[in-house]
Amino acid sequence: MARPKIPRKSTAVDMTAMCDVAFLLLSFFILTTKFKPSEAVPINTPNSVAAKIAPETNVVMISLNKDGKVFLSTGDSKNDKDKKAEIIRSVNSHKNLGLSDAEISALVRAPFIGTPLAQLKQQARIPVDQMTGEALPGIYVKDSTNNELLDWMRGVADAYAGMKPNLLLKGDNVAKYPSFRNVIDAFRKNEFFKFQMVTNPESVPMGTDLYRSGKRED
Amino acid sequence: MAEMDTSGGGGKHKKGPGVKKGKKLSTRVDLTPMVDLGFLLITFFIFTTTMSQPTAMKLILPDNKAKPEEQNKAKESGALTILLGKDNNVFYYEGTLQPNGANFKSSNFKEVRDAIIHKKQTTDTADLVIVIKPNDESTYKNVVDILDEMSINVIKRYALVDISPEEDYFLRKTEGENPPPPASAKTVTVTQ
Repeated sequence: MARPKIPRKSTAVDMTAMCDVAFLLLSFFILTTKFKPSEAVPINTPNSVAAKIAPETNVVMISLNKDGKVFLSTGDSKNDKDKKAEIIRSVNSHKNLGLSDAEISALVRAPFIGTPLAQLKQQARIPVDQMTGEALPGIYVKDSTNNELLDWMRGVADAYAGMKPNLLLKGDNVAKYPSFRNVIDAFRKNEFFKFQMVTNPESVPMGTDLYRSGKRED
Repeated sequence: MAEMDTSGGGGKHKKGPGVKKGKKLSTRVDLTPMVDLGFLLITFFIFTTTMSQPTAMKLILPDNKAKPEEQNKAKESGALTILLGKDNNVFYYEGTLQPNGANFKSSNFKEVRDAIIHKKQTTDTADLVIVIKPNDESTYKNVVDILDEMSINVIKRYALVDISPEEDYFLRKTEGENPPPPASAKTVTVTQ
């Protein structure tokens, strides 16, 4: 018996549609990716189960790097920068630092404040791209009797008079506890009793009370 | 508009004998390598994108200036004190520290959860209070981890307190150091 001939079909598939999809996705990812801005003070934050996203407005951030150096910075928005200028002006007048307007605006442009009060004038002269956590000595907090962060927090309280800033503490994994304690002392003495610690998200371990209750703290 | 005559001659003419008929090439290109490249770049961007935004953990500090009589008194039976030492060491004791350190137990971050859960289950919720005392050698990560442990185990009352000289002495002793005995606890002898 003669078999009917099955026409042999080509296995080549038209790739155009797939190519379109691939590049559509590619352009989506390229456009939505926000590259991590290079940080002047590199900090590896610890993990926690907290689910609340860190706020981005009215931010006063205290960074604690791996050597226990303390830096003060604010958010990037215009409002936050204005507050930063007010903070610096307040500290300037309380401590009679004699900073000129040009020096204050230079410090506002700086990514963070990271020198003892006596050296603020020098920091104002450093170009922004050379300001790194390595190069600067940090705000002086080593000693609980002479804690300059106290003055800065008083400045924050002045600048945010009547309002509550979002006080963030961003500490490095390996920073030692005494510098952390000095920072919270400075908060406490200026009656900032509520603050938030920046962490990386982590899943809740199975079988724990929080896991069973199903609601995460925020 | 300018147009190009592509008909090759007047149309009426026949092609001369010397003119070869151009071979028609297919315009189809194999797109497989291009798709490969596309997906390669997609995977690259997916993996380099930081999906997770930093989160924030709340901590509310007690007011130091509050009058002693207004402060919450911790019942001894409901207290669990967790001490943090160097190299991620964790120590804990229940109630008050006995002078010879008999109830001073060493642990680590994995096991301390069981101790917290056990304490939580065996104590009245109203009495339960956990006191966290990091010593000078402990790191910020240790403190955050133990505070996180409080939220993992839904502990409502906990306090971050400075370590006392006696506790620091026991802690360092257990860690294998040979610290000078604290001034107020010279008579304390450690049984190990």
